[in-house]
Amino acid sequence: MSLVIRAPARTAAPRRRNVKLGRVILRYVFLIAVLIFAVFPFLWTLAIALTDKTAGGSIYNFPASLFPRAVTLHNFADVYRTFSLGKYIWNSVSITGMTIIGTLLISALAAYPLARFRFPGKGIIFAVIIATLVLPGETTFIVNTLTLKNMGLLGTHLGVVLPTVAAAFGIFLMRQAFLSIPQALLEASRLDGAGELTILTRIMLPLSVPSLAALGIFTLVGTWNAYFWPMLALSGAPDAVPLSVAVLKLKGQFNYDPFNIAAGSIIMMIPVLLVFLAAQRLFMRGMEGAVK
Amino acid sequence: MARSQPPGTQPPTASAPRSRYSLRDTLLSYAFLAPALILLTLFTFYPLAYGSYLGFTEYGGARFAQGLGPRWTGLENFRTLAADPLFLTALGNSVKYLVIVPVLQLASLSVAVLVNKNLPGMAFFRAAYYIPVVTSISLAAVMWDWVYNKEGTLNWALGVVRIIPEGSFFGWLNNEQTAFWAVMLVTFWRGFGYYMVLYLAGLQGIPAELEEAAVLDGASSWKRFWSITVPLMKPTILLCSLLSTIAALRVLEEVLVLTNGGPLNSTYTALMYVYSKAFQGFNFDYGLASAAGLVVAVVALLLSVANFRLFRESDGGES
Repeated sequence: MSLVIRAPARTAAPRRRNVKLGRVILRYVFLIAVLIFAVFPFLWTLAIALTDKTAGGSIYNFPASLFPRAVTLHNFADVYRTFSLGKYIWNSVSITGMTIIGTLLISALAAYPLARFRFPGKGIIFAVIIATLVLPGETTFIVNTLTLKNMGLLGTHLGVVLPTVAAAFGIFLMRQAFLSIPQALLEASRLDGAGELTILTRIMLPLSVPSLAALGIFTLVGTWNAYFWPMLALSGAPDAVPLSVAVLKLKGQFNYDPFNIAAGSIIMMIPVLLVFLAAQRLFMRGMEGAVK
Repeated sequence: MARSQPPGTQPPTASAPRSRYSLRDTLLSYAFLAPALILLTLFTFYPLAYGSYLGFTEYGGARFAQGLGPRWTGLENFRTLAADPLFLTALGNSVKYLVIVPVLQLASLSVAVLVNKNLPGMAFFRAAYYIPVVTSISLAAVMWDWVYNKEGTLNWALGVVRIIPEGSFFGWLNNEQTAFWAVMLVTFWRGFGYYMVLYLAGLQGIPAELEEAAVLDGASSWKRFWSITVPLMKPTILLCSLLSTIAALRVLEEVLVLTNGGPLNSTYTALMYVYSKAFQGFNFDYGLASAAGLVVAVVALLLSVANFRLFRESDGGES
């Protein structure tokens, strides 16, 4: 059927081709308009970060502030020094690192029996994990701060990390990966006398590296960018906050320097941007949303 | 009593029902599952149960300082909420925030249709549109604050095209008429790439023949969009609208970082109320905050059900 209707489309009249060309141009006009909307704030921030502030001039001097004439990297060094940015970068690295390791570990461990074993209560546990996706979480942050306070973990990185590492998304992602590994491989190694932990670490995990990497990358981006929860859990420990919280604090200061803030923002953006550009395909598959 | 097995799911075996599970596998399974189950119980299920309970108690503030636990007060918190004009404003603003759902979904679907074509540069556009999604809300706040500033780019651009005369520039986040919509635009900015990707996945499933047949029939692209793309994408649209509805009702971060609920409470949302009662100022009214959270949860549930109903009805009407 498709053959029949495709044939005449090829022999379109020249006038029709013009209309088609017009359509393509129109499409690009829309696409570029949306592009400007999407990336303009970044480009302006980058321009501000690169501007030599010693030359005088305001970030609001248009259109000059969009096209800096005197370019410098001085703002980056300045914000790093005056705001002890290194400390906050370390906090971000610590929280993100712990969250990634915790998420991978807990997801892989929980996914293994769900993918490979038969045991009583499996259905219920499955349902319970799915339920976390739809349960209302409006009051969770209140109770979790109280719980962490009682555990003596409020204001620590571990306190930020613990409530976030066990999540349905990671468990299902890893379960899917484990299910795709041929059962015969496992039977063979069981016959060879391998224990379950050996099978998990020597066979399952090495064969699931792509899924582990995907989970790690999603976790990295989500944790590095997270604002509300770390802000709340670390509200009593201003020296322990990650970059995402620190950047806003910097902006809230009375006599702030917009050039430094722009530089700090770019510094915070770079790791995520690099990871995103390197792993674009992963994000474009829409996997994250399919499970969320 | 034997374990009931749905008929036909498994070939009948001679072995007794009990021996279906090996003790070793069961113990191992629970050992592997233990860390996840403990953390989910402690930080997801317990807060849900305890938070719901707190909604019916007096807790926090003075009692907390004296080391006293929650005191059962029944519906007292909900009466307080019903009589609190700030809560009603907050709930109203959260419901008003739902305006974003149809706009965001239609825009995301349209953008997905635009980039879903075999033309040069499409991969670039898709990636660029996704960058706001992987941008932290705190960076969005920094950047958009400059855009919305009295001397910022938005006023400048509108001044250039003479929509706003130079003398009457204003800060978009400081004006009670515009702040709400300015905050919403940031949500839109961070969201459209996300939904675009979900819609792109759905669009791959539409057979190309259908589109081509419609072209031959002389259907305009506008008509094709409404009579082919939209009906066939209904499951994806439903999913995205649902996600978007719940996110809109629970909006908090954007407000917190851009306006903190102001000016004149024009951007004060329901979760802002929950957060504010529990953590801002000196009251630490966990009971009232939890009650407000419960109200939001119930509204979210009702809206999700309504969303499903709405789509099922419109589905029956057309096809």
